[in-house]
Amino acid sequence: MLINQFLLLGAFLFCTGVYGVLARRNAVMVLMSIELMLNAVNINLLTFGYLHDSVSGQVFALFVIAVAAAEVGVGLAIVLLIYRNRSNIDVEQLDLMKG
Amino acid sequence: MLDNAFLIPLLPAVSFLVILFFGKKMQGGKAVHWVGIAAVSAAWVLSLVVGAQWIDRVDTQTAEAKAEAKEKADEEHSEDQSSEEGLAPVVIGSSAGTGDSTVLGVEAGKTATGADPVITEITWLTNGGTEHKVGTYVDGLSALMLVIVTSISLLVHIFSTEYVKGDRRYTHYFAFLSLFTASMLFFVLSSSTLQMIVGWELVGVCSFGLIGHWWEDGNNTNAALKAFLTNRVGDIGLLVGMIILFIEFDTFSIDYIVNHVPDVSHLVALMASISLISAVMSKSGQFPLHTWLPDAMAGPTPVSALIHAATMVVAGVYMVARLYPVFYEGFSIGTSAINLLAFIGGFTALMAAALAFVQWDIKKVLAYSTVSQLGYMVMALGVGAWTAAVFHLFTHALFKACLFLGAGSVSHSAGHTFDMRQFGGLKKHMPVTFWTFVISSLALAGIFPFAGFWSKDEILLGAWAGQGDRYILMLVFGCLVAAMTAAYMTRVIYYTFFGEFRGDTHGHGDPHESPRVMSVPLILLAVGAVVAGAFNLPSPVVEIFSADGFAHQVQDYVEPLYVSGLVKHPSPSLILALIGLGLAMAGIAVTYAWFFLGKGPHGISQRNAVLGRGRALLENKYYLDHLYNDVIVAGIKWPIAKAAVWVNQNVLDKVVNTAGESARDGGRFVYRYIDQAVVDGTVNATGSGANASGEGLRVIQSGKVQNYGALLFGAAAVLAIIFVIVI
Repeated sequence: MLINQFLLLGAFLFCTGVYGVLARRNAVMVLMSIELMLNAVNINLLTFGYLHDSVSGQVFALFVIAVAAAEVGVGLAIVLLIYRNRSNIDVEQLDLMKG
Repeated sequence: MLDNAFLIPLLPAVSFLVILFFGKKMQGGKAVHWVGIAAVSAAWVLSLVVGAQWIDRVDTQTAEAKAEAKEKADEEHSEDQSSEEGLAPVVIGSSAGTGDSTVLGVEAGKTATGADPVITEITWLTNGGTEHKVGTYVDGLSALMLVIVTSISLLVHIFSTEYVKGDRRYTHYFAFLSLFTASMLFFVLSSSTLQMIVGWELVGVCSFGLIGHWWEDGNNTNAALKAFLTNRVGDIGLLVGMIILFIEFDTFSIDYIVNHVPDVSHLVALMASISLISAVMSKSGQFPLHTWLPDAMAGPTPVSALIHAATMVVAGVYMVARLYPVFYEGFSIGTSAINLLAFIGGFTALMAAALAFVQWDIKKVLAYSTVSQLGYMVMALGVGAWTAAVFHLFTHALFKACLFLGAGSVSHSAGHTFDMRQFGGLKKHMPVTFWTFVISSLALAGIFPFAGFWSKDEILLGAWAGQGDRYILMLVFGCLVAAMTAAYMTRVIYYTFFGEFRGDTHGHGDPHESPRVMSVPLILLAVGAVVAGAFNLPSPVVEIFSADGFAHQVQDYVEPLYVSGLVKHPSPSLILALIGLGLAMAGIAVTYAWFFLGKGPHGISQRNAVLGRGRALLENKYYLDHLYNDVIVAGIKWPIAKAAVWVNQNVLDKVVNTAGESARDGGRFVYRYIDQAVVDGTVNATGSGANASGEGLRVIQSGKVQNYGALLFGAAAVLAIIFVIVI
């Protein structure tokens, strides 16, 4: 019942995140979408922790939050450098590795 | 230390490698001897420790065995009250290892002393489920050999620093000395017959390298080759013998073999013994393969002292002593009155002693003397006098090394020659060399109370007492050799040290005493030649001085249990000792009269045809070299050469030509059809395949992260669907 709803919320958030990552052209928006996906995972972890009456889900979520903070820091720095070099942050135009 | 005896050969081995690789960097190779001396000194100290610990072990185990036997006797007493108290004989059989059937002729009531050997082994290789071990076998015999080898080696190292000073291959020389010491120590510590073969061959290589040390001279090279090839003849016998033993016992372990000899048939033991004796003939210079040893004197003199007098040449004697039960059974030593081992030894002793009379080269006299004394040892083993043989090995190493180093010292100061006709009158110039040489000669001649007297007397006693029967022929041989040894040594001393100096020092003034690095080893060895006899005094002698602790030291501490359970120990005989001594004195007296006093029919060999022919026979060394080179080698060489040419022309060439042609045709075929079509085709196909697939995959790599993301999530979704469906 309650569990189900939490899992559905997580799935919804994750799909939103995936859509954002794949479809948005603004790099900052892509990063935010990644945050959404991570938080969806957090919700799942907490839910399963609650289901199994275990604290490790919460602990794991805390780790994810910490790692996500670091990831955003690095990601934003990269975006900033891209902006300095190219004056825009459109990921569609970032295809230097095209084979 | 008994468990870690492997350190002793390891030290000189390390020194060998250090000298070999870094020797030239040590003051241009002038300081390498310090490496060798340091390693050998350390090995010497460790050997002494091993010796002391072994003596301690024997004492402990003997005391335990005695206490046990006493307890047993006491128990029997309490059961049987009627027997008189304190009169029950305490009999301790040699327990460990030897089966009941091996205990032959142990004197009733004799208290056997001895201890189990300390064997430390690791698995060397595993082959077909059989583990071949390598390790150390420490008992009295190997401990004694360790002390002998390291002592002589140390003194020779010190002596060599002066003797080969300034030699162009100084580093090479010391590297080989170290390698030799390591190999010899490795050999005497062998715990398996396989390891023994390895050590045996290693010392052979070192001997070869050191005989040919001055290879610029063709004679030295030839002598080295002769030594090596003659030894190969015997080595085949060694291999065959060891293989026979392996097949019979299914192991290389010496400990197993010596304790299980009664399990095999007499014939097998006989075959193994005969094969092994050929190895003794070559390595220990026994007739008829002794001819390499006098030629081996081409090497530097310290090498002759170390390798060709004191240590390597006794390897054969050591091997027989180590595997003694095999020979005892194979040659029926316990029941025969003559056997191959004793005869070869006795005959060699006699024959070589006769040859020593006609040599002018002082080193060759000593070489034939070595052959003769080795024959003595082999004879002693042949008549069952195990302890006497090993004891003689010990004393002989000391005084013969001293004699050789003395000869080196003489040559060093008297014009670098070994021809005794170029010596003379050196007594007043070289007092230290003179006195040490005389003392060692007296020891060699067997004059009371020097070391040789005691060991030689024990051998004669062993031949006289025998095991089952008396070995009368061996006793006669032994007595003759005793007299001859004394005589030829007197001749050497006369020509070298008395009269007027006949040589030429090449402008170095009068001959002079050698420096202290050379004379101190001589003095130490001479001291050894005086006192070494005290290590195995017969008990009646000891009773005179009421010093019981000195009786039968070698017999008690060196003789392994598997030997002491086998052989009889005769009680000493004063008459025999006096006969031996008298013969030696007579030998000296006759030669003294002949040379010093000028009495006797001088020049008779020129006047009398029979004696002249005898002298020619001796001077040509019984024509053995001619027999080997001109008859055997040439006889084999000529027909074989002829046949070889025919085979070469008609068979081998044709085969080679045919093979060449078919190889050419085959090559063409391979080039055309296999190389061009298959191999090149495969290579090309690989290349174009990679190209095509690259072109195809290129489309996917757009460089856009979101495309990759889409692929990733798409693939994950597909996998998830598959999971859901499957599970």
